[in-house]
Amino acid sequence: MADKPMIQLKDVSKIYDNGTVGLKDINLTINKGEFVVVVGLSGAGKSTLLRSINRLHDITSGDILIDGKSITSAKGKNLRKLRRDIGMIFQNFNLVKRSSVLRNVLVGRVAYYPTWKTTFNLFDKEDKQKAYEALQQVDLADKVYARADELSGGQQQRVAIARVLMQNPKIILADEPTASLDPQTSVRVMNDLKMLNEKYGMTVVANLHSIELAQQFGERVIGIRAGQVVYDGKMKDTPKSVFTNIYNGGNGSEEDE
Amino acid sequence: MPEQVNQLPKRKFKVMNLVWTIIMIAGLFISINVTNTHISVLFENWNQFADIFIQMSHPDWSYLNVVWPKLIETIKMAVLGTVIGSVVAFIYSLLIARNIVKNKAVTGVLRVIMNIVRTIPDLLLGAIFVAIVGIGPVAGILALAVFTFGVVVKLFYEAIETIDPGPIEALTAVGANKLQIIHYAVMPQIITYFISYVLYAFEINVRASTVLGYIGAGGIGLNLQQTLQVFNYAQTGTIIIVIIVVVVLIDYVSSKSREALMK
Amino acid sequence: MDTTMKKLPAKPVDRKKQVAHWLIAIATIVIIVWSCTGINFGGIKATAGQIAGAIFSGIFHPDWSYVYNGSGEDLISQLWQTICIAFLGTFISAIISLPFAFWAAHTKHKHWYTSRIGKIVLAIIRSFPEIVLALMFIKAVGPGSAAGVLALGFHSVGMLAKLFSEAIENLEEGPNEAVIAAGGSKFHVIMFSTMPNLMPALISNTLYRFDVSIRSASILGLVGAGGIGYPLIIALQYRQWDRVGIILLGIIIMVVIIDWISGWIRKKLV
Repeated sequence: MADKPMIQLKDVSKIYDNGTVGLKDINLTINKGEFVVVVGLSGAGKSTLLRSINRLHDITSGDILIDGKSITSAKGKNLRKLRRDIGMIFQNFNLVKRSSVLRNVLVGRVAYYPTWKTTFNLFDKEDKQKAYEALQQVDLADKVYARADELSGGQQQRVAIARVLMQNPKIILADEPTASLDPQTSVRVMNDLKMLNEKYGMTVVANLHSIELAQQFGERVIGIRAGQVVYDGKMKDTPKSVFTNIYNGGNGSEEDE
Repeated sequence: MPEQVNQLPKRKFKVMNLVWTIIMIAGLFISINVTNTHISVLFENWNQFADIFIQMSHPDWSYLNVVWPKLIETIKMAVLGTVIGSVVAFIYSLLIARNIVKNKAVTGVLRVIMNIVRTIPDLLLGAIFVAIVGIGPVAGILALAVFTFGVVVKLFYEAIETIDPGPIEALTAVGANKLQIIHYAVMPQIITYFISYVLYAFEINVRASTVLGYIGAGGIGLNLQQTLQVFNYAQTGTIIIVIIVVVVLIDYVSSKSREALMK
Repeated sequence: MDTTMKKLPAKPVDRKKQVAHWLIAIATIVIIVWSCTGINFGGIKATAGQIAGAIFSGIFHPDWSYVYNGSGEDLISQLWQTICIAFLGTFISAIISLPFAFWAAHTKHKHWYTSRIGKIVLAIIRSFPEIVLALMFIKAVGPGSAAGVLALGFHSVGMLAKLFSEAIENLEEGPNEAVIAAGGSKFHVIMFSTMPNLMPALISNTLYRFDVSIRSASILGLVGAGGIGYPLIIALQYRQWDRVGIILLGIIIMVVIIDWISGWIRKKLV
């Protein structure tokens, strides 16, 4: 795959209102089609990094480009259009628990519609069918009309993946996608992410807690400590010592995000 | 992964949703019809409404001198109503808590009486007591006492029933009698709840006591009725502002104390 | 282990706390005693016991002929009117309460003073006497149940919007973020995440408010704003104790039934 930059972070810093430093002078380029895992202790800034990319958090200084366009300066409709190209998977799935699985998947499509249409729930037939197909991709077709809170954790996360699929993004940000799941379900969810990466060429950036999963699925590793990038390299060239270093080298007392 | 793509199945039709929607819409039309409410009439006469409001928002401050003693009386009513009602409620709650009184017949009958008392709104109690004891603050105090009783009993007996049964068993085991059990095992667990509920009832009573005078049960409500009768809305406005300030203030103090208490 | 028994140490005391407790206790007693002053308990009518007995016997010997006589002025029609006033009033207030609730709810993306002002406005609405509001509406739309509906509809906003806003504050932020991350606007967030998550709380609070409204609606008649309160006050004035009895019975039964139904629905919601 050609090295076309998809996400570019330029001198990005983020300081929280209470003075905590979230990110410090981060320079990163992530190319199209990469599968990047971000590792680091909790509180090191992994989550902040991901949330800055789609501007769930505003950064304090620097610039972030998505496919060449600055998301930092985007506003209103343009911001929403940029976000449309960035899917996100959350640790707690963030489904609307009382809505049906179908409606949750259709949420991935909202930015493609004018507001008045979504108000009356007027999604196209094709989109509903597409949502159903997305659910088949994650093997949850039979749950299409179930309520989201009737599903198990792993199933909910796969609905979230179908939601992202529906969004048809160029980038997927996965913020600790497996932290609330058991090991077997975790592998399953990571496989689904891998599928999106390989089959649709989506760029994946995932925060992972588990070194095993990181080694199994990542192509590129980015290590973060105290808001700074301390390691960046290909997975196959990364010796185990790097991980132990990232997890033990820090003093481990960084504040919680 | 299935290669051939299935069609999205039709959603199962939920009958109950339709039934509820129909009930709501029918209820809406019926109640509009029965109450003869037409928003258009409101807009036609909107300036009448607004006019009263404007007059009220130019309060007659000199009237404060007249209002002041009545305000004091109102607060006294609320305090006494709360105290009397709470004391009765305290004893009554112990009698209907099933973990203290084991006799189901006694608790059952007493609960039915409580639930009946609870259904009667405060002003209605006021009207009844005015008819019984005559016009004046005593009617108001009695109405508030009965009303407080209803509020506190319900909350308090439920709190009593959820206490930890361990200490009761322990005291029963050492041979304590009923009063000793209540004193050593029940009381320490529930006294903060009781105070909190009494404060809550006091908040409601302050609110209620301000209008009781309207039907002759004492307090500032009497001035409300007098000024409204002679269309002196500037004076009505004064009273309403006084009421709002007092109610908001007491609400605030009381809810803060309750928070502190429950900590 | 030490075999010689030590003496019981003195009870540790937190002086500050003790003083505070005593001060509160004394203040409470002073307030209660003060409240007793100036209130003339002797002014009770001599006939009080007799009237109380008459009302009581009225409840047990009610005026059954008043229950239904087809005139539209009978008990059943008046109770039905009361229920309708409460229903429509609650319905109106639920609709008005929604925007107020979003205003007063303290959420992350809002200045603290915005929600604070909203909360104060709601506190003022709550404290504005319902009866006065009813009288103002009587001036606007004439005496009758319409005035009652409007008074209830506006007054209930104070409480209902407060309950709604607390429900909004208790929502988890996650699902909202998911909609934002998918490129949704604020409006989308409300439509797809906030409202569905909020629905059970909204329905349950509205039902609870309906219980309260039923009680309110039965007293609005005291000032001429429709419902069962009017015939009651007339019966009290004319000393028709058997009529008073049947009306009280009617109100009690109505409130018990409504409480029971709404409690049943709320239980099913959970």
